[in-house]
Amino acid sequence: MDAMLHISTLHYLVLGAALFLLGVIGVLTRRNVVIVLMSIELILNAVNLNLVAFSRYWQGIHGPSALHGQVFAIFVITDAAAEAAVGLGILIAFFRNKETVNVDEVNLLKW
Amino acid sequence: MNPPVATPFFFYLLAATMIIGGVLVITRKNAVHSAMALITTLLAQAGLYLMLYAPFVAGVQIILYAGGIMVLFLFVIMLISIERAEKERQFNKQWLVGVIAAAALGGLFIAVYTTTTRGKVLFPEGRMTYGETQNTQAIAALLFDRGAGQYMFAFEIASLLLLVAIIGAVVMAKKRI
Repeated sequence: MDAMLHISTLHYLVLGAALFLLGVIGVLTRRNVVIVLMSIELILNAVNLNLVAFSRYWQGIHGPSALHGQVFAIFVITDAAAEAAVGLGILIAFFRNKETVNVDEVNLLKW
Repeated sequence: MNPPVATPFFFYLLAATMIIGGVLVITRKNAVHSAMALITTLLAQAGLYLMLYAPFVAGVQIILYAGGIMVLFLFVIMLISIERAEKERQFNKQWLVGVIAAAALGGLFIAVYTTTTRGKVLFPEGRMTYGETQNTQAIAALLFDRGAGQYMFAFEIASLLLLVAIIGAVVMAKKRI
């Protein structure tokens, strides 16, 4: 009961792990490229949640201005923006050429 | 020692919102519905950032993620035709393998999070009751300050990355260069 009433770092880590797994399942099983990209966003957000929770934990040890985890989370958000822009650009080019959005129809490089 | 910013009830509420949103993202047929579920997840996560005393990251999450990246997603969904994709098979042939791989990964997570060394779990009770500080100023000091700014170079590299991504996106999406 005590674990339910007191939110610790581990609670956030478990939630992050659950979101990460949902994202992995989405990436591995969906055919629609748009939803695969959204699943990648889910994965990145799970990592961000872990980073901010660790930042909180680190603050408890090293003082209030030890915000390295939050800085890292901001860098991850920057990366996510870049990844989304390039990924959606590739998606538009792909849709123009093949008239489909299904990943398993991308087989030009398949041996 | 300040009290926590919100009661555990809010953590469980936001966590449930995030999990339900995540499940909807990967199960909906219509990509627009998936995008809406993802926006819900991102906003709930911003609430969790606030509970972790990270107001700047929460603001960035709402403005950049829910407001910027998801609008980009919705634009692209509107550009490509989704009517045909809705009628097709939604899951690929390897879905069983994918679920098994994810289950193995989940087992790994559970194994790590329940590992005990000397009777304690790896991530013990953090001192999570640290008070609110000048969060945004502290982040800015880490990013830009001459003395303590150890992430200044990484910040510049991030701007270069964004430039490359902009050029890459234009090159990819343009019909003829």
